[in-house]
Amino acid sequence: MSWTRLAAPSRFYTFAGAALPWCWALTLLSGLAGLYIGFLVAPTDFQQGEAYRIIFIHVPAAWMSMLLYLALAFWAAWGWILNARMASMYARALAPTGALFTFIALWTGALWGKPTWGTWWVWDARLTSEFILLLLYLGYIALTEAIDDARRATHAGALLALVGVVNIPVIYFSVRWWNTLHQGATINLGAAPKMAGTMLTAMLLMTISFWAYSFAIGFTRARAIVLEQEADAHWVKLLRQPGDQAS
Amino acid sequence: MNWHSFEAFLQMGGYGLYVWSSYGICLLAMVLEAGLARRRVRIARQAVIDDEETAA
Repeated sequence: MSWTRLAAPSRFYTFAGAALPWCWALTLLSGLAGLYIGFLVAPTDFQQGEAYRIIFIHVPAAWMSMLLYLALAFWAAWGWILNARMASMYARALAPTGALFTFIALWTGALWGKPTWGTWWVWDARLTSEFILLLLYLGYIALTEAIDDARRATHAGALLALVGVVNIPVIYFSVRWWNTLHQGATINLGAAPKMAGTMLTAMLLMTISFWAYSFAIGFTRARAIVLEQEADAHWVKLLRQPGDQAS
Repeated sequence: MNWHSFEAFLQMGGYGLYVWSSYGICLLAMVLEAGLARRRVRIARQAVIDDEETAA
């Protein structure tokens, strides 16, 4: 099956329903493996003691917050330019999960900052730009929910999402461009990681888990949005047939 | 193995409060979001079924 056929809401609905159990299985398995290695195998950090173990959710959540924003902006733009309803619905389905991971990155960052820096929060470039990301997510959600007409909501949301993309490289490179309290990148492409192998493994497993979770939630919420917006479509009416759970 | 006792595991070298409230909020938020998303599908599907019953 060509992936472009998923652009039809009916096919997406069926495909997402079939993919969901696999996404959840991957979320649980990689999450449990990541927690096992992160807490029981990875050694104590010689500088930060056990407080560093927050990294196993902090960094994956921060990565997902940026990645999901790029995915949201991509699908929002796709839906706007090509007038593809499914792409726009998928963009809206991703927004709350992106906001959630941004919140988790900020929250765990505060709880890591207090014991290591002595403060919950500073307005340095990394923290401020990540906070702006949270505002962008919330603004996108508020804007698209506030407009009743689906097409106009799509256009306005896509415009906001695209303007906000500027913030992503600012977050990513902030620790290099400015002198920040936040430490530098944990992993750089093209350079050996500055951390023990087991720590890196745990962090990557947690990233896979959060990624699979994002797919699972994105698919679930997109299915709900499809049903809400396509309620009058012929294929949705077919779901009403008795005995057909269409799950 | 890093921990000599379960007690030591919970204390996290004195950082227990910070580490566990990080993980606690993270887990709570994810479980809550998953529940809300599934509920939204259930409500949307029920609305489709109810719609049919009023139409019939």
